[in-house]
Amino acid sequence: MAVSQDTPISRRLSHIKHIIIVCSGKGGVGKSSVATQLALSLYTSSPNVRVGILDIDLTGPSIPRMLGVDGHGVHQSSDGWVPVYADASDARLACMSVGFLLKKKSDSVVWRGPKKNAMIRQFLGDVRWGELDYLVIDTPPGTSDEHLSLLEHLSPARDRISAVIVTTPQAVALIDAMKCLSFTRAVNLPVLGIVENMSGYVCPCCGEVSNVFSTGGGQEMARKEGVPFLGALPVDTELVALLDAGEAMRGEGSGSEIPDGEFGLVKRYQGTPSARLFGNVVNVWEDLPPRS
Amino acid sequence: MLAVQQPTSVPENAPEHCPGTESELAGKSAACAGCPNQDVCASGTTKGPDPALPLVRERMTQVKRKILVLSGKGGVGKSTFAAQLGWAFASDPDVQTGILDVDICGPSIPTILGIASEQVHTSAVGWSPIYVQDNLGAMSVGFMLPSPKDAVMWRGPKKNGLITQFLKDVDWGTLDYLVVDTPPGTSDEHLSIVQLLKESGIDGAVLITTPQEVALQDVAREIDFCRKVGVPVLGLVENMAGFVCPNCKGESQIFRPTTGGAARLAKEMGVELLGSVPLDPRIGKSADYGVSFLEEYPDSPGTTAYLGIIERTCLRCRLA
Repeated sequence: MAVSQDTPISRRLSHIKHIIIVCSGKGGVGKSSVATQLALSLYTSSPNVRVGILDIDLTGPSIPRMLGVDGHGVHQSSDGWVPVYADASDARLACMSVGFLLKKKSDSVVWRGPKKNAMIRQFLGDVRWGELDYLVIDTPPGTSDEHLSLLEHLSPARDRISAVIVTTPQAVALIDAMKCLSFTRAVNLPVLGIVENMSGYVCPCCGEVSNVFSTGGGQEMARKEGVPFLGALPVDTELVALLDAGEAMRGEGSGSEIPDGEFGLVKRYQGTPSARLFGNVVNVWEDLPPRS
Repeated sequence: MLAVQQPTSVPENAPEHCPGTESELAGKSAACAGCPNQDVCASGTTKGPDPALPLVRERMTQVKRKILVLSGKGGVGKSTFAAQLGWAFASDPDVQTGILDVDICGPSIPTILGIASEQVHTSAVGWSPIYVQDNLGAMSVGFMLPSPKDAVMWRGPKKNGLITQFLKDVDWGTLDYLVVDTPPGTSDEHLSIVQLLKESGIDGAVLITTPQEVALQDVAREIDFCRKVGVPVLGLVENMAGFVCPNCKGESQIFRPTTGGAARLAKEMGVELLGSVPLDPRIGKSADYGVSFLEEYPDSPGTTAYLGIIERTCLRCRLA
């Protein structure tokens, strides 16, 4: 379409080097958790890297909770909305979600397509992301309004977008993940790979591995469809607790081993078993050729 | 009446500032100039109630109880619960049950009920549901796709069109229960089903959650939605509540209720907690193979939990 046109969105996007869309046909497979881990891992990959995370799940935003910035507000500046910085003063991990715009956490956002479309346009055009090395975009389940609008608005940055598909290993989830893959093919969105989440659970008492939601499904799908397999992440209760209670743990920060002012979440994340596994996943992006 | 952002009736291909086809300004505002449908909008015919409503009402007179299965969050077990509810109702041969899957982009009901390869047939009286057994029928977009791999890339208005057709064209016959399985979120599908069934009356909604705070936040929003649109909440079901290791029988919490779990949310929001279902890998496996967990593992703690919840749901439904 109008690639060469100078729009507010294309101006903002021109400062972003890589855009990563995290998607999955199915809900609750860990898109937000993978998006968060991806952002945290990229964040720690180099001391100067700047990462943004945009949550376009408008009716069920989870990113604020996971990054421990629940209840923060967005400020307006002369140059657009200021995103919430999860790492406070460092300002290298910017975050934007509809969750920051709600008066109360339990307020529902009951919007039909056109309204959602307008919100996504604002997120891309009005947020003052600044210079970013990576923008990770967390999407809602399905292949509908949000996804179509997102890709439409991202068209000025066509050459810098890639997707990662998250699935869990059971058949019911794989069918939806397959739909998501068909979607990416229909819209010509390059898929960097498939992540198999919740693949096995290690019993804390006896160490026995249980395949709570079966196992190997994502890998099998990647093989059949000729898409790179980025790895299998087991259910990590430490990670679940960390992302679930981000805020509470941060609040208690003064008494614990993490000094005030430091970005505690990323330190704690590096201690979880998932962080080590995720290191391999992130290498895929670090190997991408740099773009100006 | 609905606390919804206006306008709700903007067509997919409308000009930028379309006031909505049902608005007072339809066909008259500045944005309408040049729109090919300006004359239709200005004539006033678009302002009347949806012409499908009387047809939906007609069909729904034959359905005694309509129950929605909702959750703000995805992957918490809505479809699994809807299927178990259907199977439990249908275990009484005199009870006719239908399951309607309005998750257009990610239909799971066909797989969970084990009828994924079926196709819909049309007759003079409408679309025939796919029958799992004599008294349990289902309808889903999954029965209409050429291949299960196909993605349904539809925006809201198209999804609403199909949901309207599901409600007015499916020949359910006489039903004691219609269980409606929904997609995650609070958007087009939910608004449509609520608006279309408004006149016929929805008996209530069962909300499914998992114990962790990220899921509870989404479910709190869904309860807020139910209150905004006036759907009674029958209660809350906590799914994936604890995991019993098949090896050592030790119980552990995979999705830890860091903030008090569903019990706290139920208390805070003033809704009933219908029960907790433990995380049992066999539940997911039954869904993958399309068999009834309740029938396959009648003695498991999961079945006991499900049956208790279903009993309380029926009770609440009768009281509502």
